[in-house]
Parts: sequence; structure tokens; C-alpha cells
Amino acid sequence: MLTANLAAKLEGLLGTTRVIAAEDSLLSFAVDGVAPAAIIQPASAEEVAEVARFAASEKLAIVSCGSRSKLDLGMPPARYDIALDMTGLCRIAHYDAGDLTLSVDAGMPLRHLEQALAEQQQFLPLAVPCFETSTVGGAVASGIDSALRQQYGSARDFLIGAEFVDGTGRICKSGGLVVKNVTGYDLHKLLIGSLGTLCVITRLNFRTFPLARFSGGQLVSFASVEGALAFRRGLEAKGLPLSNLEVLNPGIAAILAAILRSAKSGVPQGLERGRWCVYASYEGNAAVVERISRELEQVAHHTDATNFESLDKSTDESLGGMLREAFEWLRFASPAVLLLRIALPEFSAEMSAGLSGILKANSLRGAMLLRARGVLYFLAQHDTEGGAALDRLATTARDVMRLVAEKQGHTTLLHAPLALKSRASLGAGVGEDTGLMRRVKQAFDPQGLFAPGRFWGGL
Amino acid sequence: MLYEYDGSVEKGRPDVVVFPQTSQEVSRIVKLAAEHQVPIVGRGAGTGLSGGALARDGGVMIVFARMNRILEIDLENQRAVVQPGVVNLDITRAVDKAGLYFAPDPSSQKSCTIGGNVAENAGGPHTLAYGVTVNHIAALQLVLPNGEIVCVGSKHGDASGYDLCGLFVGSEGTLALVTEITVKLARKPETVKTLLSIFDAVDDASLTVAEITARGITPAACEMVDGWTLRAIEDYVRAGFPRDSAAVLLLEVEGLREAVETQADAIVEVCRTHCAREVRVAKDDRERELLWKGRKNAFGALGRVAPSNYVLDGVIPRSKLPQALQHIQEIGKKYGFAIGNIFHAGDGNLHPIVLYDPRDAKAFKNAIAASQEIIRYCVDLGGALTGEHGVGMEKNELMTLMFAEADFDLMKRVHDVFNPDSSLNPGKIFPRSKGCGEIRVKAKDTMGSNR
Repeated sequence: MLTANLAAKLEGLLGTTRVIAAEDSLLSFAVDGVAPAAIIQPASAEEVAEVARFAASEKLAIVSCGSRSKLDLGMPPARYDIALDMTGLCRIAHYDAGDLTLSVDAGMPLRHLEQALAEQQQFLPLAVPCFETSTVGGAVASGIDSALRQQYGSARDFLIGAEFVDGTGRICKSGGLVVKNVTGYDLHKLLIGSLGTLCVITRLNFRTFPLARFSGGQLVSFASVEGALAFRRGLEAKGLPLSNLEVLNPGIAAILAAILRSAKSGVPQGLERGRWCVYASYEGNAAVVERISRELEQVAHHTDATNFESLDKSTDESLGGMLREAFEWLRFASPAVLLLRIALPEFSAEMSAGLSGILKANSLRGAMLLRARGVLYFLAQHDTEGGAALDRLATTARDVMRLVAEKQGHTTLLHAPLALKSRASLGAGVGEDTGLMRRVKQAFDPQGLFAPGRFWGGL
Repeated sequence: MLYEYDGSVEKGRPDVVVFPQTSQEVSRIVKLAAEHQVPIVGRGAGTGLSGGALARDGGVMIVFARMNRILEIDLENQRAVVQPGVVNLDITRAVDKAGLYFAPDPSSQKSCTIGGNVAENAGGPHTLAYGVTVNHIAALQLVLPNGEIVCVGSKHGDASGYDLCGLFVGSEGTLALVTEITVKLARKPETVKTLLSIFDAVDDASLTVAEITARGITPAACEMVDGWTLRAIEDYVRAGFPRDSAAVLLLEVEGLREAVETQADAIVEVCRTHCAREVRVAKDDRERELLWKGRKNAFGALGRVAPSNYVLDGVIPRSKLPQALQHIQEIGKKYGFAIGNIFHAGDGNLHPIVLYDPRDAKAFKNAIAASQEIIRYCVDLGGALTGEHGVGMEKNELMTLMFAEADFDLMKRVHDVFNPDSSLNPGKIFPRSKGCGEIRVKAKDTMGSNR
């Protein structure tokens, strides 16, 4: 149980300046309405380990945080005593540009890291939402998709090692600092998308990538979903190396156009017309960019595209940036939002009709964004937060999950009103291996210190 | 007796060898073995190089040779579902006409099985650009040591929850037996260009690799063969490697032709900067295949030079390649061995080859000592014990060079989640000579700085 003098005890561990117990600060670290009793700002992995050992001895629960931009991912914590503010761990520990390898503290902001790597003409393909504020550790722990996954995959494909504090309060590591390594179990892969429920990530090792000198982007519009999907298939058949490939339904296009307009950015014509759109971006040397651009146009000509737009650099950057932030603006699109991430063997016109049908049957508005291969963001929205709206969103979630399961896909809840999130039926998201995952959680965190209940399935 | 050996220098004799044909049969065998409390070891083609598929403590060996069917090919979504005994190259052969292939290409790809590739997280020359086995596996069906059949991962998209599939790939058969694998298929590149760069000094070749990496040039493969090894290859395969050179680099660039041309030009420029005597471009597929035949048959070629050889597998940061190769030669001199080098230079994955006579006990002992010194040196440079062969029973006692007590404790707890009685593949990965609590060797820091 939480002791009354928690803050005083924590101050005994780390000193008075790095323990915060002021009410307004505590509220700013709340997760789904649950606030901690104290905030701690560790400056090293050793201090994190010390706090974990203290928490274990006092049976306290810890939620580790970076910029706190995605703490509403996952379920509300069952217990939450200490917020670990990891932003004090923010150094680049090792960067060998000649080897394209990097070791960086978990609290390092992605934007700062981007600048440091750009000086060496390199980058890390973690193009995640809330990019301006996100930390490296938070981006990995959230498991949120990178907009560049079409070409670079997910963190799983370039995370090469990690250091973290386990539930026994010890500093552990996995992997290493070389690009190829099969020594020991790849425990660091388990941390991706773990929502901080296994351990506290203190440092992450990555391979880095060279920045391309040239890039391009195109937006192609279609009157129907069939046209957009035929175009997308045509691109895949060509095997063109695209860094970003997204299919936007008219709902997404409308939201995007409104955001770009309000930001006084250029709005591509295709978005204005309420059509299905396909956005593709690509990079390479000048000849490669020119070639891909040309081929995209040719594929578009062989389909029933209504508009083909080669984007200028500024429009491409703002549209690409907005799509990277899709999770952010989708979850705040209305007062009551249900946002699901759906993995499907194939997104078809039939599936699109099925999902639209569910929205219509529940009198809800919605939108769909298909990213890279097989990842669909599904939005259902309502203008009020009342009980009737929640019921409709709940029915929608259940119907979508059922439809997706029939097609051998699976659904993960990304965002929902808190009252809806707590309904047991939405805690799903893990399959028959939930039991194994529970035991893996116990292996990392035997006493349940880390964000208990936050993970899918209540882990 | 056949099943006592794999491709390593280790030995281990099973008490019984079984050949199941279905996952259910594997499950029943595992349950029976559990009842009788005997160890179980899974095995594919036995081409492994770290003793991973040897029955170190005897028991039941489950050989997957008869679970060798390709169950499903989904060309549209670039996936195939295969049994573990399918030979690596057979996956590519099955989808070749559709312009697809399975990217991981270990040298033994004509005989090694996909189940073994999954267990070891196998690599190969082209993993430089396309990643190792784990990057090409979408889902697994597994039999746990209690006989339970479970599925992890997702055929499409990322699975919800912890990445158990990522954990099982490379776990060296110590957590579960893999009975069905969903692989990702890659699209064949439109253009491939293969270059052979010839050097009069090994240092020049190493510096070339370091600069290619540092300049962000990304060849699909970048292999180095030293002069001593390439002469053995020429005697055997006649691949066209110049006998009087000190080292050659076999480089391959793939992708859109516009990118391939630019990258090939940049590579030639770097090679010339570092005094390459000549850079040849393979004129056609026949010449390309011959060069690769030389590379992939190197170990067979070396078998003609000495009664036995010990192929090592260590990894170093690529920026440290020149000093590492020099130091390996010094270690060879110290122990009186010729040490050849043929390896995946582009990702820093060294394969020094120590030639020795196994009938000479002292030579064998020295070969092991030299090998361990080389591997220790790799770790000291900030590298790793193994890049693709696995820890197995070859390097389990060296694990303390990289991992500390807390790391082992956690790995052991994760191990026990799946394999609590250590009935599955015992004696692998974890050090045996000391209990975890007794490990005193201070592990090298591999997390960026010394604490």
C-alpha cells in the first residue's frame, strides 16, 4: 500500500529537487484519469534501478513516461503510484556514424536526435506521431506505426539492442551495438509496443540510415475505392521502392484538407474534391526520383484516376508531415472518437463497404486510412460524449472486430472515450497467446511494478 | 552416429531419433518425452555451426526431414506457409516464376532447412541489405515442451501484444519446437550488378569496406575473401578470383537500374581510392553465378587444404575492420595456425577459419584457444559473440563476455516461461560451468558507454 510519506521517502533516495508531489504536476502525469502520488525525475539508469527496488519493497506501481504524448494508448493502469519522468536521460551515449550505429538514452527527444543524425547525413526512420515532442523510448514503447514503414519497416527492423531496468530493480541488457547479432535472446524486441509494462527502458541501440539527397511525392485521386486500390496494386506490381504509401478515404481527405487549410498550408487539389486518394512518396538520387515519378504517372494513366498531382517540395513536406501525425488528429477529430488499428490480409472494396456499412448502421461518421501493407486506421466519431454515443461506438467496435476476425485479420484499440475503454469487450486485442504473454510479463516484472493493467488483455 | 554431428566441431549422441510428419505427432512425442523426463532436441538438416542441433545430454532427437511441405503460397500478399523441414532454397524455387524469393540466403541454403534458419536466426551474404531471418518471418506455430501447440505472430501486419514471434526466432530451439512458419516473400530486384574488386593488400580491402559503409552506400552484399582462402577456392571451383591478389571484395548492388548504376559507380570510386588493382563487373548471369559459387563453396574448398577447419563467427563494428583483420593474423601467428578469412564484411560479420588436424590433440586444443581469443577480441572491439551461427554449445561458456548476472537471470526467467524443466535442447546458450549466481566475469559494456 502507498505510504503517506511517499514523497519524503523518495526524496531520501534522489534528493528534493527531483521528486515532485504538487497536485497540478501530478495531474499532468495522469493516465486515463488516474494520477500518481509522486513524480520522480531520474538522471541515470542506476537511479531508475534504485527507484524500482524501492517500489518493489513498498509494493508500488510505476509508469514510465517520456513526453506523455501517447499515454492514452492502452488501458487505464490498475495501480499508479510513481510517475518516472524519463526526460532527464537524454544523451547520445554512442554514435559511430562510420558504422551507422547509435546508442541513445530513452528520454532523448526524436527531434533533437534527428538534428544530430542529420549533421552526418543520416536518420532514424521512426517517423511517429507527436514527432516534435516524442522521446525515443516513448516511440518504441508505444509501438505506434512509423509513416515510413512501407520502406523501413517497424522498430523491430532496426532496433539492435536495449538497456532497461527489470522488475527486480536490476539493469539488464539485450542485443548489442552491431548491425548483426544473434547472441542470446532478443529480449529488446519484446519491448516494442509493450507500453512500459515489462520494464523501464533506459537506453536503445539502433542502426541508422543514410539520408537520401532527393525526394518526391504524388497524390492521385479516384472516384471509387476500387480505382484507388487498383492503382495501389499497380504500384506494388512494379516493385517501386516507395518510402510512404497511403490510401485515404474521402473522410480522411476531408479532415486533412481542413487541417492543412487551418494551418495555412497548401492544400492539394485531390483532397479538396472529396475523393479517394493515394499518397506516395519516394527518395533516392535524382534519376531514381525522376523515374519513380514518371512510372507513378504511367500507372495512374492506366487506371481511372480523376486527378494526378505531383507535389511541390513544400506541399509534399506538409502533407507527409500531416500523415505522419494522423494518429494525433484522428483521436481528437470529435468529442467522442473510436480509433482502431486493423491488420488485414488484404483491404478490399468489400471490406471498405463492410466497414462503411457498420458506421451507417450506427449512425456515425468515420474515416479510413490504409498505411503501407496491411495496416488500416479506422475512425468512428460522434459529436457528443453522451451514453447513446458511447453505446453506438461500442457496437461499432464490436461489429468491426467481428468483421475483421472473419477475414483473418485482427484489431487493436488505439483510442476511445475512457468510459468505453473500460468495457471488457474492448480490452481484447491479443489472441490465443495471451496466457504466454502474461507469463512473459511475470518473468520481466515478477511483482507487477510496471504499469499494471495497461497492456492489452489487462496485463 | 550421423546425428551425433552437425557442421561444428562439437558432438552429442541422441538415444533415439524420430521423424514426425505432423505438428500433432511432434506434440505427442514431446508429451511422451516429458512423461519419461528425457531431453528433446529439434534438428533440421544438421548444417548448423554451433552445435545447436546436437543432443548434448542425449534423449530424443526430433528430425524435421519429413515435415518438408510448402503448405500455402499467397503470391498476392507475398507470404508462404511452410513446414520446418523445407529447404531454404526450395522456397525461392517455388515462387521464382512469380518474381518473388525468400531473402535470407545462408551459404548452406541448398541444404539447410527453414526451421533451422528460424532457430538460429540465420543470415547470409544478402542480409546486409535485406536483414536476417527474423525480418522475414511473419508467424510461427510452435510446440511447447509440455506438448501444447500455440501460434504467435500474425500473417499480416504486426500482431497485437508482445512480439513473441521476434523472441522465438533465434532462440536456438531452447523455448519451443517450430512446426509451421509463415515467411515473407520479397520481390526480385529489377537490376543486379555484381562487382569483383581485387586488392594487393588486405588493409586496402578493409579500408574500402569501412568507407563504403561510412559513405552510406548500401550494397546488397559485400563479401571479403583473403588471398590465402581465394587460392584454395580457385583450386576447387575456379571462380575467377586472381591467385596473386591479397584480397577480393565481392560486391552486389540491386534495385532500380538508376540506383544500381550510381551505387556501382560510387563503389568503384571508393575501391580505386583504396588502390584496388582492378574492379571487374560480372558480364552476365553465368559469370555472376560463378563468383557466388566460389564464395558459397569456400568451406568445401578449405576441406581440401587441411583435415579439418573451424569456422568462427564474430561481429565487430564495421569501422574497426582494418585493425581486426590485422589482429586476427597476429593471433594466428601466436598459435602457429594459418587463419583464412571469408566473411560478410559489409555487416562486420567475421568468419575466420582456423585449419587444424583433429587427430592432433594439442593442435585441436590450440585451435580452440586461438578461436576463443579471436572471439574475445571481437567483443572487446564493441562487437558480439555471434552474428549468425548462434551460441549453441560452442559459445555458451563465453556468454559471460557479453552478459552479466542480471542479464542471465532475466533470460533464464524468460526461458523458464516456456521450458521450465530445461527438457528442450538443454546445455545450449546458457553457461554451464557456473551457476548464474556464480558468474564473476565482468561483461563488456555493449550499450554505448562504460558504466
